[in-house]
Amino acid sequence: MPVREASGLKIWQRRTQRESLSHWALWLVGIAVFAYCWQQISAATTWFFVWDAPRIADDIWTRATPPKWEYITQLGKPIWDTLNIATMGTMIALVFAVPVAFLAARNTTPSRFFIRPIALLIIVSTRSINSLIWALLLIAIIGPGVFAGVIAIAIRSIGFCAKLLYEAIEEIDQTQVEAITATGASRWQVMAYGIVPQILPAFAGIAVFRWDINIRESTVLGLVGAGGIGLQLSSSLNVLAWPQVSLILLVILAAVVISEWVSAKVRGAII
Amino acid sequence: MSDVSELIGKPWRKPPFIQRRWLRWLLLAGFIAYLIAAFMTIEVNWSRVYEGLERGKKFVLAFTSPDFTSRSSDIYEGMMESIIMTVASSVVGIAISIPIALGAARNVAPLPVYLICRGIIAISRALQEIIVAILLVAIFGFGPLAGFLTLSFATIGFLSKLLAEDIESMDKVQAEAIKASGARWSQWINYGVQPQFMPRLIGLSMYRLDINFRESAILGLVGAGGIGATLNTAFDRYEYDTAAAILLIIIVIVMALEYLSSVIRARVQ
Repeated sequence: MPVREASGLKIWQRRTQRESLSHWALWLVGIAVFAYCWQQISAATTWFFVWDAPRIADDIWTRATPPKWEYITQLGKPIWDTLNIATMGTMIALVFAVPVAFLAARNTTPSRFFIRPIALLIIVSTRSINSLIWALLLIAIIGPGVFAGVIAIAIRSIGFCAKLLYEAIEEIDQTQVEAITATGASRWQVMAYGIVPQILPAFAGIAVFRWDINIRESTVLGLVGAGGIGLQLSSSLNVLAWPQVSLILLVILAAVVISEWVSAKVRGAII
Repeated sequence: MSDVSELIGKPWRKPPFIQRRWLRWLLLAGFIAYLIAAFMTIEVNWSRVYEGLERGKKFVLAFTSPDFTSRSSDIYEGMMESIIMTVASSVVGIAISIPIALGAARNVAPLPVYLICRGIIAISRALQEIIVAILLVAIFGFGPLAGFLTLSFATIGFLSKLLAEDIESMDKVQAEAIKASGARWSQWINYGVQPQFMPRLIGLSMYRLDINFRESAILGLVGAGGIGATLNTAFDRYEYDTAAAILLIIIVIVMALEYLSSVIRARVQ
């Protein structure tokens, strides 16, 4: 325990002198890095606009309120599209995520040195790129529309679902698998009766969780032209129709809240 | 278990995932109906998709020969801006979210403070980054400041919520021991509460740094600074080799961050 002696009194300290020195140095480096970053941001900012911001915000607020309620009749189809993008995207993703997860899990992969790294690479690369970027790419390839959105959401979700699923597979109870193997079951039978029942609740939970996130993401996919309500949002923004923008934002907010509520309910029922 | 004599002689069958029969069939029927409805309304222009396959192949091939050099200065500038935004917004976001997390933990904060902090968290979580970015770009003008503010705002909702849950489930005994020694409130927080949530805070911060970097890559699409603008331009000009290079850099940085965060988390826990 580090104790400092000051004029005959022993005083307890949390860290030794060396520790506190290295802490101090770390903080210094951290603050220097932050100061540099802030300076760069500040240099790239037009401060006149920032000082003017309260007025602009007030201006936008007065333009945006009240929302143009009658516009909601035109939002039915976009919302349906958004729902479809999220749901179909999640389903396609799950179809691909399950085999990838089995190939990536240490206890089920057929080859630890060849196939597992490939599966992990698929997981990392699909996961680290945002669905908006996938959408941009797919629009360049297969043209704008709902289909591009579905595929973008699907690709982005593969990595996410497969990662969570393979972690669940690695955490299964090995004794059950052994029991099934001891009955003389084949490899596929072990999978169907020993592993799948153990990960099914996790699987259902992951599917609903991802669906919830996908609803969120698919509401903005339209900004780059991939269908859904984001399309209306971007066209309203482009013509500066602020009352429409505020209505669309309210609808998106409602969709997000409802989907979160649904997913929480379903996950509560499963677990 | 039902009557044993009834079961003898019958082959075993796997119990269904959903026990109630009517619910099972209802869910299945609803699901199929939805699928049909969804398929009817999705319009796919198959000839356009077929044409696109050629370009898709080109893009996949571009990954084997990414072009880092011909737009290197644009890529470097965009990347630096993304990283700067990520670091600055993570620092500010974490600094703000600690007091909010303390306020949103019911065992630390009184009810009015609790409600206010939970409200802030709910608002921050419900609004997506890209929408916040659009509004902030409209208000503050183009540039990394809007992106920085967006990411800071998003960090607050994420970090405060998870941290508040951790604080709520902390060990009361330690905190009481500090209180019993006659500590002031600030000392109580500093010596009784803070050491308990510190490992979790470090882990979550690293995770959020990773998310912030990934998000910073798209903020450029709406003009909020970062690599997104460069990437968008590359796609618009069909320069797939440059786009592939940018995507590869993003993937490598995310992998490095994930590795770093797993090392740090293993050390603090």
